[in-house]
Formats: sequence, C-alpha cells, structure tokens
Amino acid sequence: MNTSQISRRDNFKFSMLLNDKRYRSYTFQFLALLILIFIMAYLGKNLLENLASAGLNISYSFLGEASGYDINQRLIEYNSQSTHLRAAFVGVLNTLLVAFLGCIMATVFGVTAGILRLSNNWIVAKLMMIYVEIFRNVPVLIWILIIHSVFLTILPQPKAFRGENPEASMLWDAVAFTGRGIYLPKPIFYDGSAVVIATFILSIIGVFAFRFYARQKLYSAGQLIETRWTSLAIFFIPTILVYFIMGNPIGLEYPELKGFNFKGGIYARGSLISLWFALSIYTGAFIAEVVRAGIQSVNQGQTEAASALGLRSNLVMNLVVLPQALRVIVPPLISFYLNITKNSSLALAVGYMDVTGTLGGITLNQTGRAIEAVLLLMLFYLVISLSISAIMNVYNRSIMLKER
Amino acid sequence: MTDKLKLEISDEIAIRIQSMNKWFGSFHVLRDINLTVNRGERIVVCGPSGSGKSTLIRCINALEEHQSGQIVVDGTELTSDIKNIDRIRSEVGMCFQHFNLFPHLSILENCTLAPIWVRKTPKKEAEETAMHFLEKVKIPEQADKYPGQLSGGQQQRVAIARSLCMRPRIMLFDEPTSALDPEMIKEVLDTMIELAEDGMTMICVTHEMGFARQVANRVIFMDDGQIVEQNEPEEFFNNPQSDRTKLFLSQILGH
Amino acid sequence: MSNNSNSFVRHEMLEERAPPVGEGGVLKWVRENLFSSVFNTIMTIIAVWVIYSITVGVAPWFLNGVWNAETTRECYEILDGVNGACFAVLQERFPQLIYGFKYPSTEYWRPNWATILLLVALAPVLFRRLPKRLLVFTVIYPFLAYWLIWGGSVLIPTVAFIGCCVGGVCYKRFSSGAFATAIILSLISAYLCWFLGGYLISWNEAFLSLKVVPSRDMGGFMLNLLLGTIAVSLSIPLGIALALGRQSNMPIIKWICVVFIEFIRGVPLITLLFVANVILAFFFPPETSIDLILRVIIMMTFFNSAYIAEVVRGGLAALPSGQYEAANSLGLDYSQSMRFIILPQALKISIPGIVNVSVGMLKDTTLVSIISMFDLVGMIRGPILSSTDWNGVYWELFGAAAAIFFVVCFTVSKYSQWLERQLETGKH
Repeated sequence: MNTSQISRRDNFKFSMLLNDKRYRSYTFQFLALLILIFIMAYLGKNLLENLASAGLNISYSFLGEASGYDINQRLIEYNSQSTHLRAAFVGVLNTLLVAFLGCIMATVFGVTAGILRLSNNWIVAKLMMIYVEIFRNVPVLIWILIIHSVFLTILPQPKAFRGENPEASMLWDAVAFTGRGIYLPKPIFYDGSAVVIATFILSIIGVFAFRFYARQKLYSAGQLIETRWTSLAIFFIPTILVYFIMGNPIGLEYPELKGFNFKGGIYARGSLISLWFALSIYTGAFIAEVVRAGIQSVNQGQTEAASALGLRSNLVMNLVVLPQALRVIVPPLISFYLNITKNSSLALAVGYMDVTGTLGGITLNQTGRAIEAVLLLMLFYLVISLSISAIMNVYNRSIMLKER
Repeated sequence: MTDKLKLEISDEIAIRIQSMNKWFGSFHVLRDINLTVNRGERIVVCGPSGSGKSTLIRCINALEEHQSGQIVVDGTELTSDIKNIDRIRSEVGMCFQHFNLFPHLSILENCTLAPIWVRKTPKKEAEETAMHFLEKVKIPEQADKYPGQLSGGQQQRVAIARSLCMRPRIMLFDEPTSALDPEMIKEVLDTMIELAEDGMTMICVTHEMGFARQVANRVIFMDDGQIVEQNEPEEFFNNPQSDRTKLFLSQILGH
Repeated sequence: MSNNSNSFVRHEMLEERAPPVGEGGVLKWVRENLFSSVFNTIMTIIAVWVIYSITVGVAPWFLNGVWNAETTRECYEILDGVNGACFAVLQERFPQLIYGFKYPSTEYWRPNWATILLLVALAPVLFRRLPKRLLVFTVIYPFLAYWLIWGGSVLIPTVAFIGCCVGGVCYKRFSSGAFATAIILSLISAYLCWFLGGYLISWNEAFLSLKVVPSRDMGGFMLNLLLGTIAVSLSIPLGIALALGRQSNMPIIKWICVVFIEFIRGVPLITLLFVANVILAFFFPPETSIDLILRVIIMMTFFNSAYIAEVVRGGLAALPSGQYEAANSLGLDYSQSMRFIILPQALKISIPGIVNVSVGMLKDTTLVSIISMFDLVGMIRGPILSSTDWNGVYWELFGAAAAIFFVVCFTVSKYSQWLERQLETGKH
C-alpha cells in the first residue's frame, strides 16, 4: 500500500479509531471521559439515595448558626455564641500559628543539625546522626504524644509556685513553665510606643541599606568594610536610645500567681507548645538530612578552586558553596513546610483547636454535617498547598542554572 | 612541530622544596622531594597514576598539607599560618582537570570574584582585567554566558583566564587537558604556550609529551612518590637514564 | 640556557617510611577530630556534658525498672520512692499491644505465621540474587495471608487464586496481540472463574476453615502492619498507572491524573481518614455496609498512590530520552515499550523513593487511632491508659511503641540505603 492510495481514501473505517495514530488518542480519551462520567454518576446516585434515606441534604447554612462551644486557645475574639464559621476561622488562625512557628523552629533545628552533621568533630557528628535517625523512624503522632506527656509530667503545676518556699520558680521572675503551658509577659503599648516600633523597623531597613552600601563600596573603590559590628550596632542602638528618650513607653504585664492559676501575661497552652515542639523536632530531622545532602552535593572541586583563588573559608561558603547548596536544599525544604502544615492536623491528639479540631471535629460532630465540613476542611488545606507549590515553582524557575 | 621555545630563565628562585615528605594516614605518598624552580621555568611533571604528581603540585598552593620538610614559594614559607597561605595563594594560580568553574556565576563573574573579594579591586577595574584575559584566551564574546553553556575546551580556557585575573607569578596545571575531547586539547595547549611565551613560571602535570618537548625546559618523572629523573626534554626523551623512566616512556610514547 | 645543574637521576628508590609519631594512631585521631580548634574543643565538651547528663538522668529510670507487677500502684510500691520505670505494663499487655484486645489469643499463631511468611514472600523481590522460583510463593502469599488472618474456608482464597491464575494465563496467551484485548479477555475469564467458584464455596462452607475473625477485631501493631502492607501493595500499581497517565500526551487522561494527584497530595491524611470514616459509606449503594478497615484501606491506597506516582514520575524523567526513541525505532508500540524497556528501568531508579514513601505510609497508619481504631497507638491511648490498673504509665508505653516502630522503620530504611548502593555499583 503506497501513500497515494491512502490519501485517496476518504471513507472512514472504524478500525482507524483504534489503529490510526490521529484517531487513537481521541478514542481513548473519549472512552476515559465516558468511564469517568459513568463512575461519577454512579457515585452521585448512591450519594443522593443514601442522603435521602437518612433524611439529610447538602447545605452550608450551618456555618451561620451559633456554635455553642468554647475554644480555649484563640487569637481573635470568640465565644460560644459566635457562628460555626467564626469557629472555623479561629481554627484556621490556630493552624497557621502553629504551622508558622513550627516552620521557623524546624528550620533552626534542621539547619543546625545538618551543618553539625558535617563537622569534623566526631562526637558531634555522631550525636546529630543519632538524633536524625531516631526522630525520622518513629511516627510523628507518637512523638507528639510523648512530648505532650513529658510536658505534663515534668513541668510543675501552677500550685507548685506558691508559698514561702515554692518548689518551682519563674525564670527571671517573668516566665513560668508549667504543665498547663507557658506564661509569658505581655507587652503593653503606651503612648509613644509607635515611635519605638517605627525606629525598630527603620533600623532593620538600615542594616540592609548599610550592607548594600558596603558592597557598593567594595565594587567601586575596592575597600572592604567590616559589616558585622556595625550591623549589630545599627540594629540595637537606635531602638534602645529612642526607647529611653520616649520614657519607656513599652511595658510588660507579668503573669502573677493568683489563687490556683496565673493571671495576666500571655498564656501559651501546653497543647500548642507540645505540638509546636514535636512538629519542629520531627521535621527538623528531615530538614537536617536535606541540608547535609545539599552541602555535600556541591563538588569538592568548587571549594578547592575557590581556595586556590585565595578566598578564605567564610567567603568560600558565602559566595560559592551556599548559593549552589541552596538550590538543592530549598525545594524539599518547602515541601517539608507543607508537611508541617498538614501534620498540624494531628492537633486533635493533644486537644489543640486547629481547623481540623474545630471544623472537622466539634462542628462536624455537633451539626452532623460531615460531607460539607470535611469538604471545606480539605479545601482549606488544598488552597495552602497549591499556593505554596506555586511559589516554589516560581522560585525554581528563577534560580535555575542556565545550561545549553 | 613548531620550534622549541627559547625563553629567558632568571636566577631568581620561585619555588624551593626541600626534603618534603607527605603521608596520607600511614601511606607515604611523597618521599623526600627536593625541587628548585627558577622564575621563568616551565616544568612538566609526568609519571604513572598514583605516583604523587598531582599531590606534589597541590602541596605547593596548600590544597594539601605536608608533614615534614620545607616548601618556600616566592620567598614565603608554607606553614599552617593562614596569612602565609593566603599570600601564597594570591601569587599562585591553579587550573584543575575538571575546570571547577562556578556554575551559578557568569563567566565574567567567575573571573572577577576573587580580584574583588581578595585583592579588593574595584569592580570596574576587575571587569576590565577580566575582559583583557578573556580576550587573551580568545573567548571574550562568552563573557555573559554561564559555564553550563560552554564546551569543555572553552571552560578550561575560562578557568585559565580566571586564574590569570589574580595576576599570579606562578601557574600550576593539574592535568588540564585530560578531561577534554581530542579536538579541544589543541586550543587549551595553545593558550598555555602563549602563557609560557609571556614568561610565566609554570608547573604542569600532563601526559601531553608534545607540549613538553615544545615548551618545557625541564621534565620531571615521578614514580612511587619520589622524583626519579629530571632533565632537559631532549635528554629526557632521547636518553632516559633510569629503568623506570624507560618503561614509562615506552608505554606512553609507544602508541 | 642549559640547566645541567638541574638534571638528576635517582638510582636507588626510597623505601616507604612510617609517618612521624603523633601522625598516626588514636592520639592523632583524637586531636584532629575532637580538639582541632578552640571551637571544636568547646563543642566536644558540650557534647560530652549533654551525653553525660542524659545518661545520668535516664539510666537509673531504665535500670530500676520493675518488670513484674499487676498495677501501677504495685509498681510504685515495689520501687518505694526510687526513680524507676514500670515496665510491668509491657510484660502484661504485650499481646494486646501487638494483636489488639479482641483478637482471640488462641489464634495468635496465625498472624505470627503471616508475618514470617511475609518476609519469605518479600525476599525474592527485595534481594534479586535469590532464585526466581521463590516468586511463585510471592504470588501465592496474598491469598494465603488473607486466609491466615481473617480465617474462613480455605476455598475462598483458593478460588480467588485460581481465578487470578486463569486470568493470567489468558492474558499471556493473548498478550502478543493487542494489549487491551488481552486485558479484557483475562478479566472476563477471571470473573467467570470466580462466579463458578462461588458456587463451589457455598456448597461446602466449612471446608478446611479457620476460625473467622472479623475485621473490627484486628488491632495493635498487627493492624498497623496490615494496613501498611496492603495499602503499599495496592498503591504501587495504581501509582505507576497514575504516573504514566500524568506523563501522557492525551490531555483528558493527563488532567484526570494531575487533579487526582495534586488533590491527594494537598490534603492531610487525617481528612482522608475522616472521609473513610463518615463520608465514604454514602457513596456505596444503599443497604451495603463496608467494613471500616476496608474503607480505610481504600483511602490509604489512594493517598499512597499519589506519592508513589510522583516518585515514579521522577524515575521516568530521569531516564535518558534516548530510551524512548530507541524503543520506538524498534517498532514497539506504547504498551510494549513501557512494559519491556521504560518501566523496568524507571522502576529500578525509583525503588529507593518508593521504599521511603512506604515507610512513611507505615508510620502514618498510626493516624487511624484518631478515628478510634485500636492500632498500637489507639490501644495505648484507649484501653490501656484508661484502665484503672495502668493509669499514668505514659513513657514506658509510648517508649515501647516508639521502639517497635523504630526497629521496623530503621531496618527498612537501611535496606533502602543498601539497595541504593547496589543499584549504584550495578550501573557499571
């Protein structure tokens, strides 16, 4: 069969649907679509029948009803008369709080452990390896439960702080570590505090500006300015000066033991602390491995070439090794941040009211609106995941090494 | 083959190594090395693999540490003192077998990095120097490209330019053409020949014996961590004295 | 200019010498590794202090442990004020921790055997040097394990097995033709076999049967292992299919796979378990009731398959594009090039990633304790800690749970590292 014969054929044969390259993919996709629609119709039919026979329907009106329950840890105003929607919102803020704190502390743990893992000191390197292996191989739920019970049993109860010779005392007479949580002093802003805060923000900008200026000086005139001490000075001195000039406008409200409990100050619940700590130390072990792999991924030859050019080791690290290592480290790091956000849903185990605890927990149980609540819950996590993935894709594309 | 280069060699001593020994753990990798290099000399070091030739030149710019003996480079003795090491490294340039260009920086940035941060050269001046040397190695048009976009021969020439931007008085080459495809070897060797014509003191570990004949004024043969024979190239190639040298030469010149 | 003063010939080679004293041995190692600089020395001191204080704090608690007692109070009586652990709870409740509290104790031999045989069945897959004949047992194992763990007549798994065999034979027979036809014919023949076998089973219900243990009686660590193994085994083929679909050129198939994968990866497992617990039943036909454990297995399989799909996608991307071109130029069609050339290589690259994801899945099976299933963690938080006998014994129990998981997961991850090294060297 030669090509002239084929092109003359205008009539369409059914076997072409399967064999002709052009039609084949349409056939498959059409079939796939059919199957998908069929499956969804089947599931939908079952759903409607089951709902009907249970006397339920799908409606989100419950979000406007009063919730009828209290949430102990909250960042905004809320009481049992507030709506379920507000309860869910409180949960969202709690999730974001513990996720944000967890990401920061996990990064600190992970980067420290990862760098120490590579140190020349044998004991330190082995200790870090033990930390990583132990924490990576045990489920995070078990760590959350262990750390929570450690907090409960080791830290003293508030009543231990009472009396003439208390068993427990506050750190610096300001911070109390108890089994119920940590009581911290709360900053109170009087008149004039805005000036201090503005100065602080300005001094942070000032540090960046100074470093930028120093680098420009190096490029233009060849003078290397020592930035370390000056940066610290710019960071601290103006704010402290303005603080005293304005007459100490920021005060602290100290927690005080009144009766059986502490009053005043900021109260960080034990459940928040243990969840935060457990998530951080667990994810920190994974981050440590990623950091280690990232630094090791930079070829030994890079360090040698930079040293051979006369660069000292801190410059070698900052200018040559770190930029290359970060390319390898940052993408998995971001996916670990995502994991922390998703693992925060385990707050249920310690009674911390995150969005899974409010929306997916108490609200769901009270209103019985399982389908609506769970869908909303999944939507929340999806939005966070997809946004973080999008940010990561943008980052990846911008730092990609240019190759042929 | 072009004529042998006749170049001036001064009496000033660039490198003096006396009774140098190095161990890797308990393995005696360099044994009793005695070597004097005058300014303007071009030395080729050859030998079977594992003979310690790379280790020898890496000791000269302190990438490896020697345990006994003395190495004096440009009047400064190599000790654990960081200031000495820094001074020596800014006078000694090195080219590696695998180029080791910094992939996240452009070609121009690769060349200006060390002058800016070590010699504190203003950026404009550093860039002018970089372009000058990139022109010398005949790839000025690649200045804004990235290492991943260049061929192997081009990358090695950039590596040579990068070292030259620090204006070293001595250049070390660690098998600069071993990782290159055959058609790119010539362009790199031509660059090195030009460098020699400009009077650079060079120590080159290589298997390119044609280069040795043309450029070197001394060929050193190493085996088992020690210098077995050294001589002018004609004498070395035509009249090898030691049995080991004869064996080695028969192996590499045979094919 | 001649350099005759520089010509040199060595006539006697130098012998190797020992390094100077202080260059070798323990002393040098200690100096270099622990005390090479001021900073290093400080770190060593801090590290030693940390190790010391942890040991001093934990060792007495550990060593003074009481192994024989009936209740927490008795433990403390025996300890009499000394700081010590109450390990007696482990001694007494060990079967519950492993098997759950409803699994009949006379039948413990069955899951024990199922676990041992699991290792035997996995061996030829994990260690490719073993004879291929053992793979026959690997194929038989799922059916055997089902019968051992759940009980019932041996005819049920036998019929299922025969049906699969018939389907497989049918597939092999037609596979040289069109791939789709072979699959459809094999499915039909398997279904026929099961249909006919159903009659055989109902004819004699009690033939060679073991005591039936309903799914809701499973518990303890056995439940974790069960869920993990089943979810991982089922999710691997599904994950591979998803990865291939995501890579395909056909937009509809690609988008179905992308939506599925990104949706599953974007939500925490606990929400999917909520779906299994309260919502999934709505999607089944009315009047059917599916076991909770089956619903959980379905959601866990979906969950794991999305992550495995990503790992396999990475493996497919790591293959040089020349492989696809070579397969096409040989005249192989899509399914043939996938089956014989692409997938074998891609899967080999992906194995370490798949093992990592699977270990993660095993650890995640502990989440079922939140939906009130009594796996290892659920047993601890539920029946054991709330019983009046063992109130307040947290650390010993959680520590034991952590230790059990650590042993299993650490072994698997060491295997994975060993396998990676094998695959590295095998490349040459």
